Order: sequence, then structure tokens, then C-alpha cells
Amino acid sequence: MSTPEVVLLDYGSGNLHSAERALQATGARVEVTTDPDRARSAPGLVVPGVGAFAACMEGLRRIGGDEVVRERRDAGLPTLGICVGAQILFEAGIEHGVRTEGCGIWPGVVEQVRATRLPHMGWNTVQADPRSRLFARVEDERFYFVHSYGVRDVERLRREGAVVTTAEHQGDVFVAGIEQGPVAATQFHPEKSGRAGAALLANWVGSLGSAG
Amino acid sequence: MSVAVRVIPCLDVHAGRVVKGVNFTDLRDAGDPVELAAAYGAAGADEVTFLDISASFEGRETTREVVAQTAGTVFIPLTVGGGVTSAADVDALLRAGADKAAINTGAIHRPEVIAEITRRFGNQVLVLSVDARRDPAQPSGFGVTTHGGRKDAGLDAVEWARRGVELGVGEVLLNSMDADGTTAGFDLEMIRAVRSQVEVPLIASGGAGTAAHFVEAVEAGADAVLAASVFHYGTLSITEVKDALAAAGHPVRRGF
Repeated sequence: MSTPEVVLLDYGSGNLHSAERALQATGARVEVTTDPDRARSAPGLVVPGVGAFAACMEGLRRIGGDEVVRERRDAGLPTLGICVGAQILFEAGIEHGVRTEGCGIWPGVVEQVRATRLPHMGWNTVQADPRSRLFARVEDERFYFVHSYGVRDVERLRREGAVVTTAEHQGDVFVAGIEQGPVAATQFHPEKSGRAGAALLANWVGSLGSAG
Repeated sequence: MSVAVRVIPCLDVHAGRVVKGVNFTDLRDAGDPVELAAAYGAAGADEVTFLDISASFEGRETTREVVAQTAGTVFIPLTVGGGVTSAADVDALLRAGADKAAINTGAIHRPEVIAEITRRFGNQVLVLSVDARRDPAQPSGFGVTTHGGRKDAGLDAVEWARRGVELGVGEVLLNSMDADGTTAGFDLEMIRAVRSQVEVPLIASGGAGTAAHFVEAVEAGADAVLAASVFHYGTLSITEVKDALAAAGHPVRRGF
């Protein structure tokens, strides 16, 4: 079997070092790029992101990354969004009352988690969808979350056919992981989630070439 | 609460070397921060904090190299504090591979730097590190210190933590300068006082001597517990602390 190839999209949103090394540790060949054409044709694309939804979306749009993500979905090419890189795949985000359009891969709005202890920071458990490929063999592990916003309308996503894994913080339930066709995303940071995160990334890298 | 209580070893780094006493088994070189961070990661640490006590520019550069090397091999969150005074400092740390930056004196001197940093990188990236001690002259009974507890900053510690959160920090690291190094337990009253005024995650530091002390800190309101000496000297392992927390009914991260 050939070495899986992953492109990590650099659109100005934070540090890519950990994600790059964690993906390399799964055996993938990783290229960090700002070039949308490389991102468009790569066997696997990872979209990271930290900070504010609006700032990330602006950075992604500037290099045409939103179009790339939609084209890849239509072409059946695997894409993985991480943290804010997961959030911007949804319909829109609302921060401080201001709505920003997202990539629109999935319906649903990214809004503040309804908890008093925010950010939701630390290692939390998940309720993995039994059909999940991403969470295979790590469904009972904890993953590292650090965010204050999330997608809370889980039922709607399930009605639309997405495989949704959830997390709960102070009683509020939100998307922790989502998989549909060639597109997958995690609200937490697999590249910061120790061996559990490494196993999840290996699941995703292992699926490259077979998805879509 | 279903988020696990984070157990965080803290490494004091000077010019690329760990300087607080370290007596860690199975290490060729106990002073190498990269090797120590990896050992703690393997031992179940939920996060590692580097406290850069270098005074020079070169020392800080070396610390960033340490962070970069650690981030390439240890896949858990890394926090770096020491000498952070601007958004550019935080940018450099994040580029090196840090997930969070801790700010202390830099924010006391210029509180607006908190908003400058968090507007650019998000509030989850900034930890307000508060070195506090009992001070009857302050309304809460706790005052902020600088220079390792030697200088009085003239601020009420509880009010400063509250203000830091208002300005944008996503987390507070509360270090008791009275309890630090005593191994007599955390300053629980101080933890309770700050907890009552801030809702962001709170890390308790200073005074840990036994596993039971960590449980007390969590029950006083800490979301995370940080210690240096007890872990470095091997008095307690990360697992022993987690066992005590779990036995008291608090969620901990296991296995990995």
C-alpha cells in the first residue's frame, strides 16, 4: 500500500506544527500548503483553525478554501476539519450577536455552549455514534476540548443523514464529531489528545482512498 | 461535571534547562525539559506547563526551541509562561507549538494587553497567572505579588482575577506564594475566594504535598491542579494523584 498523502491547509489560522507532527506519526506524508490547488486535489485535506469563527472564515475565503471544501465534497475527496476548522464547515456562526456565513457543508449554526464554566476546556468523554469510523476503538476515551461555541442542533444533523458523536458539558449537548460522505470533523483537538487522538487520526488517515 | 480534572506538572525552565530540583527515575538527563515533558506525558499528565524564567532574549529563544521540540513529540496541551508582555510574544509561542500562554507581570503593568492578545487569538489562548499571598490590607484578604512573591503589586488578588476575566483571559492560574514550597497543602480559602468571582477554568497551584491535598483543592473549586516539586522529586506520581481524585468521586482521564 502506498503512503497516504495529507495536505494541511494553512490559511493563517494558528499553529499547524502539532497537527502536522501528529498526522506524520500516523504514517501519512504531510504537506502544509497555502495553495488552494494543492488542497483541491490532495487525497486527504485537513482544515485546522483556532480563535474566532469570523476571522477563520475570512482567512479561508481569502484563499478560496470554502470553494475547495465544497468541490472536494462533491468529488468525494476526504476532508477533516478540526476545532474552529470544524465549526466553519457548518451553515453559519454567531459570535457576540453577529452572524457569519460558513462553508455550508452541514446545516446548523455554531453558537455559544449553554454552560457557565466556559471555555469548555479539558479532557471530556464522548457519546460515539456506533456507525462512526472515526471513533472506532476509541469510543470510550477522553479527548481534549477547548472552545466556547458549538453546534447544538444534533437531531437535525442526524435527520439529514450525518453520523454524529456528541459531548456534554454542564448538561448542554453539542457536536464532538461528525462524519458524512467524504467530510468529517471534530470539535476537539485530536492532535492534542494523546494516544486516543492519534488513534482517531490513524482511523481517518487509514480511510483515505477508500472513502467517497 | 464531566470534564476530567486536569493534573498538570510544571517545569521551570532557564536557558533551555529545567532548573527546579528534579529527581525523576529512568531519565538519562533529568534537566532536559523535552525529555521530562515526554516522561510526564507518558505518565498521564493532562497538560504540561513550562515556566520560562530566563531573563535574556537568548534564553527565551531557547525556550521556544524546547517548546517546538516538545510539541513535535508530546501530543498533549502545552502552556508557556514567563516574560509575556505583548501579542507578538504570544504569537511567537503559538508558532513554536504552545497551545496557551500564561501572562503575569506583563498584564499587571499593562492590563489592556489582555484584550490585545485575546482579540487576536481567542480567549482560550490566554491564562492569567496570579501570584498571590495573604494580605490584610486588601479587601479580599489576598494581594497580588511580583518577583516570586517578594514585591507587592498593590492589587487585590480576587479583584485582579475577576478583572482579568472581564478583559478576556480564558483561564486563571492561581499560585499561593504563602503555600508554595511548604508541601502543607493548597490555600483553600484563596481558591474559594477566586472561584466565587470567576467562572472560567481555575488552576490551583502552590503547596501540594500529598494526594489528598489535590482533592481538597478541587473541592474548593479548582478545575485543574498544578504542581512541580512533588512530581519532580517523585514524592507523588500523576497516577497517585488521579487515584485519589477518582476515589473522591472526581472524573479523571485514564489509560493514555
